[in-house]
Amino acid sequence: MTETILEMRDITKVFPGVKALSNVNLDVRKGEIHAIVGENGAGKSTLMKVLSGVYPFGSYTGDIYFDGKECRFGGIHDSERLGIVIIHQELALVPLLSITENIFLGNEQAHFGIIDWNKARRRASELLRQVGLREDPDTLITNIGTGKQQLVEIAKALSKDVRLLILDEPTASLSEKDSHALLDLLLEFKRQGMTSILISHKLNEVKKVADRVTVIRDGQTIETMDKEDVTEDRIITSMVGRSMENRYPARTPKIGETIFEVKNWVVHHPLHPERQVIKGIDLNVRKGEVVGIAGLMGAGRTEFAMSVFGRTYGTGISGEVFLHGKPADTSTVGKAVESGLAYATEDRKVYGLNLIDHIKHNVTIANLPAVSRTGVIDDMGELKVANDYRKRTNIRSSSVYQITGNLSGGNQQKVVLSKWLFANPDVLILDEPTRGIDVGAKYEIYTIINKLAEEGKGILVISSEMPELLGICDRIYVLNEGRIVGEMAGHEASQEKIMRAIVRGEERAAS
Amino acid sequence: MSTETAAPIVNAAKASARDALKENLRQYGLVLALLAIMVFFWFTTSGVLFFPVNLTNIVLQNSYIVVMALGMLLVIVAGHIDLSVGSVAGFVGAVAAVLMVDYGINAFLAAIICIAVGGIIGGAQGYFIAYMKIPSFIVTLAGMLIFKGLLLWLLGGRSVGPFPTEFQLLSAGFIPDVIGPWTLVAPKLNDAGNAIPNSGLVLHSTTLVIGVLIVLAMLYFALSSRRSRESHGYEAEPFALFVAKNLVIAAIVMFLMYKFASYKGLPNVLIVMGILVAMFVFITKRMTFGRRIFAMGGNVKAAALSGIKTERLTFLIFVIMGMLAALAGLIYAARLNQATPKAGAGMELDVIAAVFVGGASAMGGVGEVAGAVIGAFIMGVMNNGMGIMGINIDWQQVIKGLVLLGAVAFDLYNKKKAIGS
Repeated sequence: MTETILEMRDITKVFPGVKALSNVNLDVRKGEIHAIVGENGAGKSTLMKVLSGVYPFGSYTGDIYFDGKECRFGGIHDSERLGIVIIHQELALVPLLSITENIFLGNEQAHFGIIDWNKARRRASELLRQVGLREDPDTLITNIGTGKQQLVEIAKALSKDVRLLILDEPTASLSEKDSHALLDLLLEFKRQGMTSILISHKLNEVKKVADRVTVIRDGQTIETMDKEDVTEDRIITSMVGRSMENRYPARTPKIGETIFEVKNWVVHHPLHPERQVIKGIDLNVRKGEVVGIAGLMGAGRTEFAMSVFGRTYGTGISGEVFLHGKPADTSTVGKAVESGLAYATEDRKVYGLNLIDHIKHNVTIANLPAVSRTGVIDDMGELKVANDYRKRTNIRSSSVYQITGNLSGGNQQKVVLSKWLFANPDVLILDEPTRGIDVGAKYEIYTIINKLAEEGKGILVISSEMPELLGICDRIYVLNEGRIVGEMAGHEASQEKIMRAIVRGEERAAS
Repeated sequence: MSTETAAPIVNAAKASARDALKENLRQYGLVLALLAIMVFFWFTTSGVLFFPVNLTNIVLQNSYIVVMALGMLLVIVAGHIDLSVGSVAGFVGAVAAVLMVDYGINAFLAAIICIAVGGIIGGAQGYFIAYMKIPSFIVTLAGMLIFKGLLLWLLGGRSVGPFPTEFQLLSAGFIPDVIGPWTLVAPKLNDAGNAIPNSGLVLHSTTLVIGVLIVLAMLYFALSSRRSRESHGYEAEPFALFVAKNLVIAAIVMFLMYKFASYKGLPNVLIVMGILVAMFVFITKRMTFGRRIFAMGGNVKAAALSGIKTERLTFLIFVIMGMLAALAGLIYAARLNQATPKAGAGMELDVIAAVFVGGASAMGGVGEVAGAVIGAFIMGVMNNGMGIMGINIDWQQVIKGLVLLGAVAFDLYNKKKAIGS
């Protein structure tokens, strides 16, 4: 029973500037459900991408043994041939094709290129029965819910003669009921002898199904524990127990009156208007205060921020926003900016910058009237502004005429910050301000945040990196599944407390 | 990753001189291409291309393409396309003919009505594109069919003309020589005592004066902008390069003006075109409206999250495009002196080609007014030159297609190299 099916030895994977994995070891036994837990960005997904061949042999160091044989995968096809199938967090289904077509996508039931639809439909029905999904195989993916889509993904995996099934955060976007069904299905597969790896940060799920748990932190394996030894405390300590060095600039907060307040904020999903994404949030930010919003992926943090900022996310939005104690109209981006709100987006490349234009144009775009008169831009004035902000936020570039697409992540982020600083807001919402940038640039961003707080602005920071929130925030809200499940002063907060608030919120939601 | 440090100051000056030259070469690559093409045809047509009458013809033949290319540039930079402009131009030309010829409405009033009609047509299409979010390709493809159909219906198979004389002046007229002709070489007289064409050299002096004024104005603006940069402490391009560049431009302008002056002077339509080009350069370079179009074309999501009203902006762009298509329709009708059921057919392709040859990106966010204008003239000079050479229309199409493909491929290659470095 203790035969090892997969062994990964000393896996190290380096991205430019970041060591994502360093000497990670993992062994998975035949027929078990092996859970991998860790914070966002700990390296779980990277490890699975190494395993499935997304990062081909040669782009990492270390060895992979599957069934006792050394493997050198050049791509996903190689790993799938051995029966290693990964189901990613973002589902890879084509919405406007049917269930059958999706299950056999790239693996069509065909002879000489001619698809045998009867055979495909028959096999699809069989597979759907196996995963317990009662749907017509001709139904389009777009017409079934996320939970059922997840099952289709699994059916697709089963169609490939799977020997090791990897699920990356499979329940992240599922309802409680669907999650339970999915976990039961995993247990059923186990009874049939299948091996699976479950990546999750929902500890109750892990406790429910996993035989063994491996904890990854900062790209390293911390420990692997057996089912009997698994306790919430032990997992949390393993997950977050990192040393806090001097990674955050010091600041003495001077906190004034409340300048930003949101009351009873409710938002519905844009595509499924019956689903509440934000379920009544109250929060406030005071003058000179840096407030954090902690939470796991999918907790609704970005959705909250975007819905407040010009209703750029969601439908059926209700609630009130106050700036300086007065009700503020933030129903369009223009109005939100006018009332003194700014939002630096999470994904700077997709939502933050015009990557094909240079720094100068990007810095002034949110506040063009300030450098123009009756619609005519004052060239010299604009250049002066861009140069000022380049100096102020320490953007490293040859000049303000450098194309932003050619800047490093940290410098791109500084351009985004400059853009919003130039709009001169009273309250600045920063969504993942340091994601994907190196430690040095992070320090600079924190310094800018501190300076803004000293100038009396209110700062709301959304971050998945708990140490970061602990390092820079005066107060932290914990958000989970669209609700605030905890609020704590920065000096009282700890990663354990935040994790506990999340877990408790989850248990409350479950019961 | 963030190890880029400020370059040592000593090297900065040298680097900036080189950068400035490189930047200028990229920017003026199109001008050079146009000049190269003109020189090529100058040889192959044994100089006919540069005959004053032919240069004037090139302007007249391409004026309506240039006018529409200005609007199309905004449309393409915004990330859209407009396939309907040819049909709209044809339709509006027909409306003008019906108003002026059939109903005897005053030419000026009729022209204003026509441009308003163009604006409404553009607005209608813009509404579907901006607010209903239907892809512009589909909306304007529908528009292309609709207005082609309406053109046929309105004219009922006949050609309507001729237009009143004052309307013909739009395309066939030249500015009056208020100063009076300047005779350099007196023309020979024939037996009847009349001047033999092309025998002397009489210059349209008003044209020359305007040319000198344009050159002086250009130099003044170039100098004052340079001084303003310097007084704000920002480095300008090296002085030698600055002088050389402006001298070359001045020489080209004066050369063309001389050619126009030795025929009938500046065509009216060139004045209209010149004013429009200057306006659109100003809009795209200096106005918030233009800046926002580029921001939207570069990243529509980021633009929306920066507070730009992307829907209204898109709508306005199509209104402008419609008005320009209408003006182009008027110019074309005035040139033919009649509205025909075939007017405008295929024109949209020449317009779109001009904008892409001029360096605009099909992905949006990149493009220049000057580029589009030069692109239009590159295609126009090729049409004209190949026509004079007697190349068959079939091969003309093939060559134009290859030039379009080659120009865009070359541009893309350059950009990739620039990003890679």
